[in-house]
Amino acid sequence: MTTTDTDEQAAFLTKLRAFQGTEAGTEVGADPVNQAMIRHWVEAMGDQNPVYVDPDAAAQSVHGQVIAPAVMLQAWVMRGIRGRPAQGGSPRDELMGMLDDAGFSSVVATNSEQEYDRMLHLGDHLRTRTVIDSVSEEKHTGLGVGHFVTTRVEYETTEGEPVGRMLFRILKFKPGTGRSAAPSDDAARRPLRPRPALTQDNAFFFDGAKQHRLLIQRCAQCGRLRHPPGPRCPRCGSYEWNAQEASGRGTVYSFVVNHYPQVPAFEYPLAVGLIELEEGTRLVANVVGIDPSDVAVGLAVEVEWLDEDPDLTLPAFKPRA
Amino acid sequence: MSEQNRLRDAGAIVGIGATEFSKDSGRSEMRLVVEACEAAITDAGLSPSQIDGMVTFTADTNPEIEVARNLGMGELSFFSRIHHGGGAACGTIQQAVLAVNAGVADYVVAYRGFNERSGHRFGTGVQGRPPLATAESAHFAWYAPFGLLTPAQWVAMFAQRYLHEYGATSEDFGRIAVADRKHAATNPKAWFYEQPITLEDHQNSRWIVEPLHLLDCCQESDGAQALVVTTPERAKDLAQPPVIVKAAAQGAGENQDMMTSYYRDSITGLPEMGLVARQLWNTTGLTSDDVQAAIIYDHFTPLALPQLEEFGFCARGEAKDFIRDGNIELGGRLPINTNGGQLGEAYIHGMNGIAEGTRLVRHTSTNQPENVEHVLVTAGTMVPTSAVLLGVA
Ligand SMILES: [Zn+2]
Repeated sequence: MTTTDTDEQAAFLTKLRAFQGTEAGTEVGADPVNQAMIRHWVEAMGDQNPVYVDPDAAAQSVHGQVIAPAVMLQAWVMRGIRGRPAQGGSPRDELMGMLDDAGFSSVVATNSEQEYDRMLHLGDHLRTRTVIDSVSEEKHTGLGVGHFVTTRVEYETTEGEPVGRMLFRILKFKPGTGRSAAPSDDAARRPLRPRPALTQDNAFFFDGAKQHRLLIQRCAQCGRLRHPPGPRCPRCGSYEWNAQEASGRGTVYSFVVNHYPQVPAFEYPLAVGLIELEEGTRLVANVVGIDPSDVAVGLAVEVEWLDEDPDLTLPAFKPRA
Repeated sequence: MSEQNRLRDAGAIVGIGATEFSKDSGRSEMRLVVEACEAAITDAGLSPSQIDGMVTFTADTNPEIEVARNLGMGELSFFSRIHHGGGAACGTIQQAVLAVNAGVADYVVAYRGFNERSGHRFGTGVQGRPPLATAESAHFAWYAPFGLLTPAQWVAMFAQRYLHEYGATSEDFGRIAVADRKHAATNPKAWFYEQPITLEDHQNSRWIVEPLHLLDCCQESDGAQALVVTTPERAKDLAQPPVIVKAAAQGAGENQDMMTSYYRDSITGLPEMGLVARQLWNTTGLTSDDVQAAIIYDHFTPLALPQLEEFGFCARGEAKDFIRDGNIELGGRLPINTNGGQLGEAYIHGMNGIAEGTRLVRHTSTNQPENVEHVLVTAGTMVPTSAVLLGVA
């Protein structure tokens, strides 16, 4: 990547991030919370809890009256199948337009999280207020090069009482830039990789990875590098440490090619290497950019970054140019 | 540490008992363990009320007190558990020997049982959520996100380097499987009874994780195994000819990780097993020359090779030659895994291997070599581990 590219990216990101925190429109639900929609929903879901449909049973429950399933929240202000009338000019449309114009024209919903303040009752009439929460830096995902855009939708009654909120994240990406030549539906549906358990001893490594920096723990007293990291230097006994950024160059000390079992988060055959960095420490990481059957002990490699999802970036190693 | 201890010839295995070994036991893990313990106690000529100590694995899900209640054991004055999966196997015997010599218990039952095949499976249940921030789960942060998730995959990393450094081949790993299955074929208790394999079968079996074929990998079993330990003095009055624990040892190596000690200068040896070996030899004054048969822990074939090297049956890097010469089969210099090993008989985390070691000293193995005086039994590899040296009284 050239410096110019990086500068342009930084300038583009600044423009995108100008939208963070801006209001992106309000909507009012077509109908108040009502029994008919609840009935359709629980029948479709196969949920037989009487508290949603039987006023007598609901009256005996802790709720005292019929409630709507909490996860229906989004349904109460959702537009029907006719969709949104063309408005144009909203900050959200402007942001999407900028991404489209820059080539990030494909979109995939990645995940959403909901929070509920209280149960909804028949007659509650909801409205939403949408805020552009965040725009990520450019990420190299399995689907392609793109930006994650997160919006926050605040749900409240038409009287102004907050009842819940939803974080909704999409990836706007450049089609055809994914790791596989033809980004498949499989990639989009693939579950997230297993999360690392983070402690005060190892979090710096994964934080560094998010900034595409390969960090090695270094004793602040005697300078010894150590990986995996730990709280105390086994050589000099110091609890003080900092981190050194590795060059990213190394060799394959050993490797495996996984075939079974096949965990849905990964593509198989999966090459996993034990990489000896030129700084002297070793770490486990995927070997990419090479047919797994061509990986060999001694192969010279350099780091590449896998932006797996918004919360996880991992180092991988590819044959050195 | 002196690498020598005072517990030479200080314990005796006086009873062994097991359930059948299967892929679907059809009953609870607790019941399997209770059945195995009862069989071992009966084999010893004891009654449950005489048992006052119990030891098992931290990995076991059957609490000592429940096993004791079901068996009507009454009071227990000793109970202990050992960590690190299959590495604990021979450590349970060491615990029992320590207990009976310290006088905290007279008769100790060591046990392990599970429905490993029909219960939960490895490699399942991987979630997108962050695990707890404990040191034990943080360990997996260096492997799981990269897809290095199973024991076979962790072991394969060592195996690949071993092949590279010593010029061994996948066929050398295969020869371990072939010997195990040959011995299982004549053991009616073995899951793979009457099902020997050829080296060609091994080479043609599918990849699980290169360089491991399917037939390099241990089966998963349902079953339980128990053993009764006491002092050699008390053993004299019991039902079976006592099998003496010549020595027992545990070992965790320097810079030891759970299955992933990838950061040592060399990763082709098993320094923790080397430590165990030195303790056995130094405590007994014996050497590998005094051992006529061995049960070598074989959850995956590749790690049988460095075990033979660590115990001195051959020089470092030369296990492939030792194996190629037929030394590990019946009639050879060191028949190994005469029960079929865990690949052939059952995978009970090494405990069934201690029972076979006991049978070899009793001269009751279905594949009994002649003139067996001393038998080595080892426990899980790539983890803190253990071994026992068994012998005649
Ligand atoms: Zn230091």
